[in-house]
Amino acid sequence: MDFLRPAGWEEALAAKAEHPGAVPIAGGTDVMVDLNFGRRRPAHLLDLTRIRDLFEWEAGEESVRLGACVPYTTILERLRTELPGLALASHTVASPQIRNRGSIGGNLGTASPAGDAHPALLAAGAEVEAESVRGVRRIPVDAFYTGVKRNALAPDELIRAVHVQKADGPQQYAKAGPRNAMVIAVCALGLALHPATRTVRTGIGSAAPTPVRAAAAEEFLNAALDEGGYWDSGAALDASVAGHFAELCAAACAPIDDVRGTARYRRHAVGVLARRTLIWAWESYRGTGRTTEGAS
Amino acid sequence: MRVTFTVNGRTRQADDVWEGESLLYVLRERLGLPGSKNACEQGECGSCTVRLDGVPVCACLVAAGQAEGREVLTVEGQAAHAARRSRDRDQDPRQHEDTPNAALSPVQQAFVDAGAVQCGFCTPGLIVAAGHLLEHNPDPSDEDIREALSGNLCRCTGYGTIMDAVRLAAARKSEEVRA
Ligand SMILES: Cc1cc2nc3c(=O)[nH]c(=O)nc-3n(C[C@H](O)[C@H](O)[C@H](O)COP(=O)(O)OP(=O)(O)OC[C@H]3O[C@@H](n4cnc5c(N)ncnc54)[C@H](O)[C@@H]3O)c2cc1C
Ligand code: FES
Ligand code: FES
Repeated sequence: MDFLRPAGWEEALAAKAEHPGAVPIAGGTDVMVDLNFGRRRPAHLLDLTRIRDLFEWEAGEESVRLGACVPYTTILERLRTELPGLALASHTVASPQIRNRGSIGGNLGTASPAGDAHPALLAAGAEVEAESVRGVRRIPVDAFYTGVKRNALAPDELIRAVHVQKADGPQQYAKAGPRNAMVIAVCALGLALHPATRTVRTGIGSAAPTPVRAAAAEEFLNAALDEGGYWDSGAALDASVAGHFAELCAAACAPIDDVRGTARYRRHAVGVLARRTLIWAWESYRGTGRTTEGAS
Repeated sequence: MRVTFTVNGRTRQADDVWEGESLLYVLRERLGLPGSKNACEQGECGSCTVRLDGVPVCACLVAAGQAEGREVLTVEGQAAHAARRSRDRDQDPRQHEDTPNAALSPVQQAFVDAGAVQCGFCTPGLIVAAGHLLEHNPDPSDEDIREALSGNLCRCTGYGTIMDAVRLAAARKSEEVRA
């Protein structure tokens, strides 16, 4: 095995082009588990942690550019206002030790259906900045997850950054699991209100082969909010609207039975999380704040 | 490969390190520092917790090569680290020579006094995590303590005495500051 230690981004891209089978390692919280248990024996490990830019983030007018190696701790401590949904999701990841190392780029690299960043990214709206020696491209996060633990990266590509839309309304994230810490989601749901475009977006985790948006649920809710004049009136949501939205979110799942839960439980729980997060988010939209802060 | 990094204030070098090896393995098996424990090798138990450039991490999930040139603090360095910090905080230069090189850090002493150590396997990780907490938050709420220690499992104590130990360390520290 070779341990490649590029000092800069160009060098990393060149190394990945030369050795497309090289396994990038950022926080190592997925890669090292595989190595420790002999599940992976790549010919090359490509350490990204010497590349300083990858740990940086920058808030622009419309979006926040998160370097691929930015760890969860940074997101939950520093980006609560700009990225409330992702900050809430980050807080649910594992433990402080894991959050100090585990990165957004690593979560995307693994592309587990249970990854906590994904529902929040889907709900907020995000693009993955992927680059190779051939050039750079932006992959909408909706098109990034291509199968169970598969993503849209080409073998010579690396994730440089993720561009996440800044919140323009309340965002929520909720996760079902047996305890508060150290839990891989049984299922999870991210929800973002976008008052600027009068739309609501969702992201569901651990309830289908990939993280997904509940498209039909979003469509229904967008129409119902529009027809009911809710965005202007800020009225309390009709229970039947929240109820039907929850049903459609549950219907958007294609869950499996596994050690963490049954398909039936997952579908039920997604409905519960959908209703809850919608009501939390809508209540904070109605409230004086009309803030972007998600309540936790 | 060869890996060189600072451990508990001293530059150390490990040779013939396998490229896929963890920092935990290097500390325990190559540098003779068995304080950090190996229980799960998958980030679940926290018994391998060390500080990497000041930040608590699971040493079992850091690739040895990633530690190159970095600073690692293990449980073996806790007492000296705590003594150095309290010396640096002290304005009075005369105190410099007087500060004893304590055998135990205040957090370690509190664990002993509170009876927070049974089999002791989880203790080193907890000492490192609790030490970091109290450095950044000298007066933590119970919620803060639980959160900071949520990545450390203990199969003996039931956590009650561990909570007591951290509260005790915090209380002693604030007494010391007031005195
Ligand atoms: C005990 C434990 C608990 C966990 N709990 C959770 C949890 O609650 N929620 C959750 O979502 N995850 C959890 N995880 C999984 C893991 O922490 C996350 O997936 C994390 O985001 C991975 O980031 P990393 O930087 O450690 O990735 P690494 O392990 O370094 O890499 C992960 C994958 O991404 C690839 N990769 C990394 N960076 C790049 C890049 N820039 N470009 C291209 N590919 C890249 C790697 O090659 C690898 O395939 C847990 C892990 C452990 C060990
Ligand atoms: S041995 Fe590292 S977390 Fe358990
Ligand atoms: S004292 Fe035995 S595991 Fe904690």
